[in-house]
Amino acid sequence: MSNKLLEIKDLYVQAEEKQILKGLNLEINFGEVHVIMGPNGAGKSTLANVILNNPAYTQTKGDIIFKGENINNLKTDQRAKKGIFMSFQTPEEIPGISVQNFIKSATNVKTGKPVKIFEFKKELEKNMEELNMKKEYATRDLNVGFSGGEKKKNEILQMLMLKPELAILDETDSGLDVDAIKTVSKGINMFHNDKNSVLIITHSTKILENLKVDYVHILVDGRIIKTGDSSLAKEIEKNGYEAYKEVKN
Amino acid sequence: MAKTKVEDVNTHIYDIKNDDNYSYKIQKGLDKKIVEEISNMKNEPTWMKNYRLKGLEMYNKLEMPTWGPDLSVLDMSDIATYVKPKSNINTKWEDVPEDIRNTFDALGIPEAEKKSLAGVGAQYDSEIVYHSLQEDLAKKGVIYTGFETAVEQYEDLVKQYFTKCVPISDHKFVALHYAVWSGGSFVYVPKGVKVEIPLQSYFRLNSPESGQFEHTLIIVDEGADLHFIEGCSAPKYNKVNLHAGCVELFVKQGARLRYSTIENWSKNMLNLNTKKSIVEKDGTMEWVSGSFGSRISMLYPMTILKGKNAKMEYTGISFAGAGQNLDTGLKVVHSAPHTSSVVNSKSISKSGGIATFRSNIVITENATNSKSNVSCESLMLDSESVSDTIPVSNIQTNDVEFSHEAKIGKISDETIFYLMSRGISEEEAKAMIVRGFASPISKELPIEYAAEMNSLINLELEGSIG
Repeated sequence: MSNKLLEIKDLYVQAEEKQILKGLNLEINFGEVHVIMGPNGAGKSTLANVILNNPAYTQTKGDIIFKGENINNLKTDQRAKKGIFMSFQTPEEIPGISVQNFIKSATNVKTGKPVKIFEFKKELEKNMEELNMKKEYATRDLNVGFSGGEKKKNEILQMLMLKPELAILDETDSGLDVDAIKTVSKGINMFHNDKNSVLIITHSTKILENLKVDYVHILVDGRIIKTGDSSLAKEIEKNGYEAYKEVKN
Repeated sequence: MAKTKVEDVNTHIYDIKNDDNYSYKIQKGLDKKIVEEISNMKNEPTWMKNYRLKGLEMYNKLEMPTWGPDLSVLDMSDIATYVKPKSNINTKWEDVPEDIRNTFDALGIPEAEKKSLAGVGAQYDSEIVYHSLQEDLAKKGVIYTGFETAVEQYEDLVKQYFTKCVPISDHKFVALHYAVWSGGSFVYVPKGVKVEIPLQSYFRLNSPESGQFEHTLIIVDEGADLHFIEGCSAPKYNKVNLHAGCVELFVKQGARLRYSTIENWSKNMLNLNTKKSIVEKDGTMEWVSGSFGSRISMLYPMTILKGKNAKMEYTGISFAGAGQNLDTGLKVVHSAPHTSSVVNSKSISKSGGIATFRSNIVITENATNSKSNVSCESLMLDSESVSDTIPVSNIQTNDVEFSHEAKIGKISDETIFYLMSRGISEEEAKAMIVRGFASPISKELPIEYAAEMNSLINLELEGSIG
């Protein structure tokens, strides 16, 4: 079996008539941690959203291949069931559904069988404890009235519970204080193993400090223009994107 | 051929349709002869017949409502106001004719009675076919009977209260109700008696081109406590059916009454129901209401907070789908000091449905130190649907706390995307959002009805994805 988890080939994506991704290529193997950095408006979040087929974006060209299967025509829920997960930049607030019931429903759908309640609760409580989430959040309405940090931790909690093969973290660290960022990286480390991969979209390198990063990609103007190891992230932090902006076209 | 489509219990209640197998169906239309015939068939006292004739007179005098949904689809000459089923009042389900019993079985009534009810009344078309009350409650003096039985056996009590809460001249359809009323329940809870588990009356209208006009009168005497549940449904026909029931509630000093309604009429029904409650000192009236069915509903339960420290709480939800115009709301009159009202309403509209919520809060000069808090939220599932809130208030004293909050929202694509990104289908994502929106209300419903409401939401949303 191929070691490839995700292949993106020559991807073009529009949002509201505007061309955002312009021939993007990316390959992620099982067990790897990839980081995408880039200036505002380069298309980082677009990439995350299009991998899960957010209907707000239109893929006009190219292929997205997941575990060897072209998933261009699959809807969001079908892609999620195949094992793709995204931690949202701004998680939605949904009144009337508790965190635990929501995760339970999603787990049921994903595994195709009802969860074993006792084990589920135990696992949920353990993960919440690791993420420094108060127990009572399990019964609170999904993200309703949560602080920014609590919402992001709740995303990581869902990732840990749903166990996707590809976890995309769309600026999960943005707006978080140092302690919360540490908790998020702890969550990523708890999740990550050689049977899954992580794609981290970020502006800063703080979240990377405790992670073993395999590749760093620089995304500018809809394309990945440079790929390197973790030292590339440090260089960006020091010098910014100025040097790369000129490489355009 | 006595029973037709009831074998399949999974069939939705709109599809259970028995043959129109009555023992007597009065000719369509409305005139003095018809009203007198109903009265004669019921062998009732003259005072009751006189009320009926007064009702007819007022009906002919009063104008159609000039506001709200268009009622021009209603043609009284096409409605049979009285349909007597082939059954008497029974106290055992085994004695109820099979086709009728099967209907109530499919609706889960006998099952609920075993598990969670202290008494049950079941009306089929114009007459009660089953009535029961737990023995220990009867021993404590609780009365729960069909309304005709009450007129016969508790004539003085009925006479004392009948029309005293909802007057005959209230509006055109109340007048109609008084002219042709049939069936309904009578409840009396004596002083200090707490009825721990609910009583439930269920109304089923099977006969096409007919009307149901049940009268419900409840007296909860001083310090007593009651939860009364009312359920209604009908199979779907092509022509209009009419429901113009009337509910009169008396909550005495220090008493509490919770009145829960789940209205699930078929979508050819005009539901023009009238409900009103008078609450004495320290009394509490709680309305819980779920409106899902009917083509047109006009339903605005009214509460008069008559005594000092009287309280009212209203929790309601309506769900208007394609072709439905649900015009609901409430009216509260605070007419004594330290009275309070809390209103929490939610409405959902989809596929062109119209959901309107009207609130009318009156705080009279006497009602010093009173409080009223109205909150209405609507959720529109698509851009062709309509939701509206129409708040009216008339506050005649300065010494009050009054607040009104209205929120109107739509399901956003981002929210659906969020749920779908966890593997949940679009259909289920929408249903989850709607169930979540409705959940503060479903928590207030009797549990079987909360489950029924959720399955209704799922049913309504099935196949709604374009």
